[in-house]
Amino acid sequence: MTTDALSESPKQASVLKNLDAVRAMIKRHKLNDYIFSAIGLLALMLALLTLITLFTDLVIDGHERFNLDFLSNFPSRRAVNAGILSAWVGSALIMLITFITAVPMGVAAGLYLEEYAPKNWFSDLIEINVTNLAGVPSIIYGLLALSLFVYIFGLGSSILTAGLTLGLLILPIVIVSTRESIRAIPAAIREAAYAVGATKWQVVYDHVLKYSYGGILTGVIIGMARALGETAPLVTIGAATYIAYLPTSPISSTPPFLNFEWLSSDFTAMPIQMFNWLSRPDHAFHINAAATGALIIVVTLLMNGTAIYLRYKIRKNIKW
Amino acid sequence: MNTATTMLTPSIDLTISPRLAKNVRRNIKERIIEFILMLAALSAVATTLSIVGVLLYESLSFFKTVSVVDFFTDTQWTPLFEDAHYGIMPLVSGTLTTSAVALALAIPVGTIAAIYLSEFASHKTREIVKPILELLVGVPTIVFGYFALLFLTPILQKIFPDLPGFNMLSAGLVMGIMIVPYIASVAEDAMRAVPMSMREGSYAMGATRFQTAVRVVTPAAISGIVAAYILGISRAVGETMVVAVAAGLEPKLSFNPTESAATITSYIVQVTQGDLPHGSIGYQSIFAAGLVLMAMTLCFNVIGHLIRKKYREHY
Repeated sequence: MTTDALSESPKQASVLKNLDAVRAMIKRHKLNDYIFSAIGLLALMLALLTLITLFTDLVIDGHERFNLDFLSNFPSRRAVNAGILSAWVGSALIMLITFITAVPMGVAAGLYLEEYAPKNWFSDLIEINVTNLAGVPSIIYGLLALSLFVYIFGLGSSILTAGLTLGLLILPIVIVSTRESIRAIPAAIREAAYAVGATKWQVVYDHVLKYSYGGILTGVIIGMARALGETAPLVTIGAATYIAYLPTSPISSTPPFLNFEWLSSDFTAMPIQMFNWLSRPDHAFHINAAATGALIIVVTLLMNGTAIYLRYKIRKNIKW
Repeated sequence: MNTATTMLTPSIDLTISPRLAKNVRRNIKERIIEFILMLAALSAVATTLSIVGVLLYESLSFFKTVSVVDFFTDTQWTPLFEDAHYGIMPLVSGTLTTSAVALALAIPVGTIAAIYLSEFASHKTREIVKPILELLVGVPTIVFGYFALLFLTPILQKIFPDLPGFNMLSAGLVMGIMIVPYIASVAEDAMRAVPMSMREGSYAMGATRFQTAVRVVTPAAISGIVAAYILGISRAVGETMVVAVAAGLEPKLSFNPTESAATITSYIVQVTQGDLPHGSIGYQSIFAAGLVLMAMTLCFNVIGHLIRKKYREHY
C-alpha cells in the first residue's frame, strides 16, 4: 500500500491540479454565459431604446405644434401658421383607395393560392412572384406607377394613382397573411363542411374565410400602417408639396350623394408633408416636421400594436 | 366537380330535372368564382411583369442616348446639368457605402439579438421583446430620416467635428438600426428550427449555453442566418427616405462614409420631386437607375432564397 501511495502521489497531485483547472474552466465558461447574456440583452435594448428615443425626440422637438390649429390649417409659408389639414385628408383618402383595392385582391389571391391552386409550375410561379414582390424596394413601385398609372393610363398625379400604388405595395403583405391564417385552419373543418354537401366556395366562404378573419385583419392592419408611412413611391409619382385646398368631398348632400371628382385631385400626404418640411433649411419648419412625425408614429404604432395584440388574442383563444 | 355531366349520360329522358339544373348552375358559379380568384392571384405575376416591362422599356430609350459602356464606366453622374455625364458608379458607390455602414451595425447586433432570443431568453422575455421588434419594423422610414438628420448627426458631429451635416455615416447607422429587427427575426426563426435534440446532445457533453449556441446551433442554422443577412442587404440597398433626407444629394464617387453622397434611391427621389418633363433624358435616367437598383435587390433576394432553400437542413 505504502509503495502504491508513494508511486501514485504525483499522479494524484496532477489529478487534483486538473480538477482545479476544470473548475476554473467551468467558472470561465459560466462567466462567458453571463457576459453573452448581458451583451444579448444590450443588443435587444438597442431596439427598444431607439424606439423610445425616436418618439421622445419627436415629441420634444414638435410639442410646440401640438394643437388643433395644426390639424386644421393648410401648409403655409410661415412655419407657425402651417398645418397638415390637406396632408391628413390626403392620407385618409389615399388609404381608402388602398384598402378598397388591396384587401379584396389580396384576400382573393390568398384564397386561390391556398385553397384552389393545383400543385404545378403555374402555382409555383405565382408563389415565387408573391415572395419576390415583398422584397422589391418601395421606390420601384413608385417608378412602375409613374410610368404605368400616371402616363400610360393617364391617371395623372392624383389621389387615385397614389391609392393604387400603395395598394400594389401592400398586396404581398395581405396575400401572405391571408395564406398563413388559412393554413392554420385544420382540414377537419373543411371535411365536415364537404360531408354535408357544401360546394368548394361554400366551404371557403362560410368556413375557411370566417375562421381566418382575425388573422387576415391583422395582416390588413399591418399593411395599412405600412401604406400610411410610405413616402418614396408617393414622391416618385409626383406628390404635390404645397396644397392649400381640399379635394371635393366624396359625399355630397345632393343626389347622387357620392361623387368621384376627388379621385383625380392633386394629392399630398402626411409623410410627404413631413419630408417637405424636413428638406427645408429653416429650423422652424423642422418643428412642423417633428410634430407631423410624432402624429404619424402614434398612428402607425397604434395600428401595429392593435394588430399584434389581435394576433396574440387569436393565438390564445383558438382551440381546435 | 363534374357531377352534371356524369349524371347526364345515364339519364334516359333528356329533360333536365330541376335539381340537376340547380347543380349545373352551382357548378358554373363555382367555376366563375375560381376564375375570379385566379385572376386576383395572377395580379402578382402581372405586377412583376409590369415592373420589369416598365423599367426595361423606359431604360431602353435612355440607352438610345447613352451608351452602356459610358453608363458603367463614367465616373460622373450629372444628367440634369449642361455638361451631362451618365455614369451610374457614383450612385452605386453611395448605395454600397450606406449599405455597408448599415450592415456593419445590423449584422453583429442582429445576430447577437437572434442568438439571445433563441437560446438565452426566457419565454416571457421573448413574448415582450418580439412585439417591440415588430413595432420597430413598423416605424415609417421618413421618421427614421428625421432621426438620422436631426438627432444622430448632431451627436456624431460632437465626436467627429469635421462631419458634414449630410453624411452617409449617420444615414447608414440609422438604416442599420432599422434592419436589426429584420435580421434578428429571420435568423431567430432559423435557429429555433434547429431541433432540441441537438442542444440536448451538446448539454449532455457538458457544454454551456454559450458554447451550445455558438458551436452547435449557429452552424446548424447558418444557411438561414446567411439568408437573413442577404435579405438585410437587399433591404439596405433599396432603402430610400433615410438616405434622401440625411445623406445629401450630391452624386460622388466615394466610399468614405464621413462624406455626403447620393444613392440610387435618393437620386430618384431628388429628380421626381421637381417638375420633370415626361420623356426627357432626366425622366428616362430614373428608370435606368431603377433598373440597376432592381437588378441589385433581385440578385440578393434570389441568392438569399436559394441559400435558404438549398441548404435548409431537414431534421
